[in-house]
Amino acid sequence: MQIKANDFVQSATIAIHDITLQTALDRGTGRGVNGRIAGMAEANHAAALREQARASRLRALHDMPDLLEQFEQKFTERGGTVLYAEDAQACNELVIEIARQHGVHKIVKGKSMATEETGLNHALEDAGLEVIETDLGEFVVQIDHDTPSHIVYPIIHKTREQVSALFVEKLGIEPTTDPGALTKAARAYMRDHFLSADMGITGGNFAIAETGTIAIVTNEGNGRMCSSLPRVHVAVVGIEKVIENVDDFGTLVQLLTRSATGQRLTAYVHMMSGPAHVEDEDGPEQMYVIFLDNGRSRIRETEYAEALACIRCGACLNTCPVYQNVGGHSYGWVYPGPIGAVITPLMVGIHNAAPLPHASSLCGACKTACPVDIDIPAMLLRLRADLVDEGDTPAVITGAIKGWRVAMSNQALYEASGKAASIASRAIAEDGQLHNLPGMLGNWTKNRDFPAFAPKSFHELWRERKLNGKR
Amino acid sequence: MAKHIRQLPAKHKKVSFFVTCIVDMIYPETGLSAVEVLERLGCEVDFPQAQTCCGQMGFNAGYRDDATAVAKHFLDSYKDAEVIVTPSGSCATMVRHFYTDLFADDPAWYDRAVYAASITWELTEFIVDGLGITDIGAALDLPIKVALHDACHGLRGLGIKEQPRALVGSMGGVTVEELKGADQCCGFGGLFAIKMPDVSGAMLNDKVQAIVESAADVIVTCDASCLTQMNGGLSRQGCPKRVVHIADMLAGKVGQNAD
Repeated sequence: MQIKANDFVQSATIAIHDITLQTALDRGTGRGVNGRIAGMAEANHAAALREQARASRLRALHDMPDLLEQFEQKFTERGGTVLYAEDAQACNELVIEIARQHGVHKIVKGKSMATEETGLNHALEDAGLEVIETDLGEFVVQIDHDTPSHIVYPIIHKTREQVSALFVEKLGIEPTTDPGALTKAARAYMRDHFLSADMGITGGNFAIAETGTIAIVTNEGNGRMCSSLPRVHVAVVGIEKVIENVDDFGTLVQLLTRSATGQRLTAYVHMMSGPAHVEDEDGPEQMYVIFLDNGRSRIRETEYAEALACIRCGACLNTCPVYQNVGGHSYGWVYPGPIGAVITPLMVGIHNAAPLPHASSLCGACKTACPVDIDIPAMLLRLRADLVDEGDTPAVITGAIKGWRVAMSNQALYEASGKAASIASRAIAEDGQLHNLPGMLGNWTKNRDFPAFAPKSFHELWRERKLNGKR
Repeated sequence: MAKHIRQLPAKHKKVSFFVTCIVDMIYPETGLSAVEVLERLGCEVDFPQAQTCCGQMGFNAGYRDDATAVAKHFLDSYKDAEVIVTPSGSCATMVRHFYTDLFADDPAWYDRAVYAASITWELTEFIVDGLGITDIGAALDLPIKVALHDACHGLRGLGIKEQPRALVGSMGGVTVEELKGADQCCGFGGLFAIKMPDVSGAMLNDKVQAIVESAADVIVTCDASCLTQMNGGLSRQGCPKRVVHIADMLAGKVGQNAD
């Protein structure tokens, strides 16, 4: 996927003025936030559960190489095949190779952020393979030649009305905005494809090392169709998704669903530990797990390792006031929102995503919402420091900060600059307000007033107070 | 990341007031209000003259070296302090959580940072948790409906939510109303407001709308920076409602600040 993260400011401005998008985002994020709050409120010992979940993720990241090995051993014992992809291209090549090997023509696909990351669909199509997305949201994205804008709700940026218009055009249905009718139309379209596909591709929410099991958490049941109907099933999973055992899975899965949609559990949770055995009535003849690295091993060695603890619930997106206003596409790559603002610079290079660490007021709502308590604001701060260290910051800001440092390190200079600002601001203020500041400060007065500085500072008032005999 | 450092007992100690740069220069009367409230509650208040800024602006922008220089100046200014109280949850968070981060590799300064963190309090937190007072025995002359806006750093960095509500709720003549999305960021975020004015402005619009829809006449908050952002939006959009600092509210000076 093309990286457009450096266009964040421009894209965000366009998004903010897109009324249809704003309607869609208000509906979608509002539903997400309310769902999570209600879902977590009725969880037993929610705070302890969250601590346990965090601990299990950090432990798994620490032990990742061993856990991957254990997973491979268990999964291979049951007849599956584990492959590793160093980067996006290697991953796509592996999938194409598997397809060739098994004479595959048609592929049905479940929702997977990892394959968005690798741009798998385009690679498969270029290799002459037919791919059909079967997650409803991803299906809409595919037939509209769009990209997902949310980790859990791919088409949170679209209104029901837009989906209806799209289905009228592409599927030839009668106009309707009834979600049930729209879903039915998509199902009818997909049914034949499920039955005639040679291969199914899914992601994986968790890879359980203890048992060699891939777990997928869905609400539409399409994941199960993709993984059990075709002859070959390939799960593409980030290496950081590996967890230690089934107990940890039990903890994490309920936090995932409660945080993502507010559900105690989604309608479908599939756990797959290999291809179908002789005695099984259904299931794939071949099952592959491709573990995707794509920079994760490198990140794991840095002070940003905690970012890999993310379980992709999307709660930080829903709750983020920036995301709520700018939507996912503004972030310019696969992973949007607060966690995207951390992961994207780490994965694609900080100079290719320089605005993202600054696309936050550091309000901390993301950390509060995160089911594994990832300290996203602290990592954004650290990324900002990295940008400064690498000289990737506007000269005007650097100059201002150097001046600020000098003034703030000396009381006399501090008071003198305050006095100067007081005189200047009061000279141009109208009714005590500044409406049109020059230079970069004009960015403030673009949509807000700023108060004139006081005639006398607190320092001065305090000295007068003392002279007047008050302690 | 930031370690949470336990607060030392604060009762019966001299208060070294940290006014913050923004209150010092733009809202000095609010600083006086805070001092008056503390004195009324029996505190001896001192104002170390050398003080300037906590260093957060540089820190949040990623300039750790420059922030470190300013933080050292702060620690020098308060080297004799027993208790530091400031009318800002954001500046208090900087001292409480991020100084130890800045000085992680500098043992001598690290110890000083830990001590400063353990004696620094946000104003309402100091009154309620430090002094154990929830009713300051104040009343307003005219009855007024107020709502609280939770400032992000105070709320999520220091857990300040109930303290200002308790104090404001205890005042005679005050009815506390709801503000929808009270814990949602106003969009200030320091340089964020300048670097991304459209995003910051969109967040501000959401907040202004909530204030307009609220039954409250006045919004009370614990941070002058959020107040500046919100009042800037209210003023620009011609809404007569204003946000006041909790220090002015507790000092009974609401009329003065609310235009």
